[in-house]
Amino acid sequence: MSTRPEVLVAMSGGVDSSVAAAMLLEQGFAVTGVTMKLWGGDSDSGCCSVSDVDDARRVADQLGIDHHVFNFGDDFDAHVVQPYVDAYASGITPNPCIECNRHLKFDRLLRRADALGFNMVATGHHARIVDVGGTRRMARGADPLKDQSYVLYMLRQPELARILLPIGDIDKAGVRTLAARLGLRTATKPDSQDVCFITATGGREKFLGARIPLRAGRIVDTAGNELGQVPAVELVTVGQRKGLDLAGAGQRRFVVDVDVAAATVVVGSRADLDRDRLMLANVVWSDSPVAGRCLVQCSAHGDPRPATVDVVDDDRVLVRWDEPQRRIAPGQSAVFYEGDTVLGGGIVQP
Amino acid sequence: MSAYLDHAATTPVRPEAVDAMLPFYTVDYGNPSGAHSMARAARRAVDDARDIVAEALGARPADLVFTSGGTEADNMAIFGAVRRHGGVAVCSAIEHHAVLHPVEALHGRVVGVDARGIIDLDALEHALDDTVTIVSVMLANNESGIVQPVREVAAIVRRLAPRALLHTDAVNAFMWVDVAAECADADLITISAHKFGGPKGVGALVVRNGATLEPLLLGGGQEHDRRSGTHNVAGIVGMATAARATVETRAATVAHVSALRDRLAEGLRAAVADTYESGVSGIGDGHDRSHKVAGNCHVCFSQTESEALLFLLEKEGVLASAASSCASGAQDPSHVLAAMGVDRELAQGSLRLTLGYSSTADDVDLALDAVPAAVARLRRFG
Repeated sequence: MSTRPEVLVAMSGGVDSSVAAAMLLEQGFAVTGVTMKLWGGDSDSGCCSVSDVDDARRVADQLGIDHHVFNFGDDFDAHVVQPYVDAYASGITPNPCIECNRHLKFDRLLRRADALGFNMVATGHHARIVDVGGTRRMARGADPLKDQSYVLYMLRQPELARILLPIGDIDKAGVRTLAARLGLRTATKPDSQDVCFITATGGREKFLGARIPLRAGRIVDTAGNELGQVPAVELVTVGQRKGLDLAGAGQRRFVVDVDVAAATVVVGSRADLDRDRLMLANVVWSDSPVAGRCLVQCSAHGDPRPATVDVVDDDRVLVRWDEPQRRIAPGQSAVFYEGDTVLGGGIVQP
Repeated sequence: MSAYLDHAATTPVRPEAVDAMLPFYTVDYGNPSGAHSMARAARRAVDDARDIVAEALGARPADLVFTSGGTEADNMAIFGAVRRHGGVAVCSAIEHHAVLHPVEALHGRVVGVDARGIIDLDALEHALDDTVTIVSVMLANNESGIVQPVREVAAIVRRLAPRALLHTDAVNAFMWVDVAAECADADLITISAHKFGGPKGVGALVVRNGATLEPLLLGGGQEHDRRSGTHNVAGIVGMATAARATVETRAATVAHVSALRDRLAEGLRAAVADTYESGVSGIGDGHDRSHKVAGNCHVCFSQTESEALLFLLEKEGVLASAASSCASGAQDPSHVLAAMGVDRELAQGSLRLTLGYSSTADDVDLALDAVPAAVARLRRFG
């Protein structure tokens, strides 16, 4: 009987998870590969197409490990796709990758791995798990351009204790070098882009248009003067500047508010977007809540900005910026960092 | 130790079939459409095989068209009929996708089944009229193993859809059921060699009673212009050898395997609470499985997921399946269980253990150890 720890590695068919599997094997783990089938519809690439499953399977064959496919399509629909559609229908800008990590990769898959007797689950994310005074924290990956700690902020101690992120210590070039040295067929495969269930040709508009009615809306300035029309108010996001088609606008105008119920988009100047605070809900802490000063990052590769965090209740946190910051679209996530480590995060409220 | 309990997916090739095939790869490898001696040897082998398979199906040799397998034969029946005669295609909701998808592609009509998994004959009557040109109802379902009343279907089709050809997919039945007798009323019959101890990639379609079909494949005009393409000589010989062995041993195999299957099914029902056995009444003793093929044990366990169950069973050496697999290898929800009205949550815990001519009591013992333990573990981790 092998006493090596059993690891289930999530293999998307991309180079990062291919190398993650190879590294775990070199480190002496008993490795099994799995590809999650999440989305049955159109896809450019992402995690779900049959050709990506083939790539994952062939890499597993090359490495001499077993490979399985788990169909989590129902869970993906329920926890990622439907909430994505519902959010846009109510004027909120969701981050489906975060919900996929929260509900699929680090919940559904983790539970499945437990039931099947695996000790750990590994993924090919560019992030690290570090020990800070006896507790585990998510930390930025070695490659600042590829760092994915932001989309993993929802992981708490129980999850962090069971996860391995083998490629977090090397940069993307290092991953590709290793893949090439091992002769992995995914060595030169392009990185996946954007949301896996949205195609480049159809885009968000076609996807949402097939699922919810898209309604025309008025564009008004902050004083209420009507300036124009948008074809679909559901597709407009706070902070957006392009695509409003406001003829002869002398100054740059930004969307400062979207009221889907009233089918109204409010535009204003850059300064009209400035806010000195941010209310978050659905807040998750990697360990216990840490109020006080930290850095807050509001997009996957956005700049972390200094702020003070006040815990309002079990669910909510108020972020007070040191300097006013551009308004963040409701539905996006704000993540608290101490240096390079994640303390927690939550979802921006309207 | 391992137990191969996936005979409905495919079977081990019978040794006599392997022996019969080999010379047509190494010695008599001629193209049967050719003129010289080696071609004539191959031609004779194909014709001998045709006689054997035709007899096993109760058909005339001239009525048999060799194909690349069950899927091609099913597609040939459905598309061939509608492309030649126009009109509407009708099939049951539990057909294999090789029938269901062609019928759906042709915007045909799909007839439901009852909770036992048997075609709803009233609904069939409503679906038929004189615009219908083909009706397809399988003999035995590949997931549930339930045998369909093809004779009754035939009588209804003749009465209400006089223009229609009757097709039956006997792919999962031939191993167990006297197709020649049960499908005597069908115009078109599909079989596939690898389901009864023959090789993969070869099958046949019976086309008789004056039925005409538009061919799917045009080319060299083989099979009397019904199916072009060089004959898979060795495969056809292997199929014939396996078909003969199947018919000769069928009664004994059915008796032997159905006893094993009954012990397996009863054992699982006794050992695992909340076991649903598809198409078999859960009330009373002595469950009647006479309407199922002998090798099929198809169950659903509540609070269990097939994918996880199959993984744990494989670790214990039990090789089984759930519903059909999609192209990626993921398990898709069963359209058969859905048609039977089985709750989607319960259907997600389906397990298909299928025995064959080579199955043993040890296979059943291993499954009776492994399955209850695996289900218990998954329910504990719920």
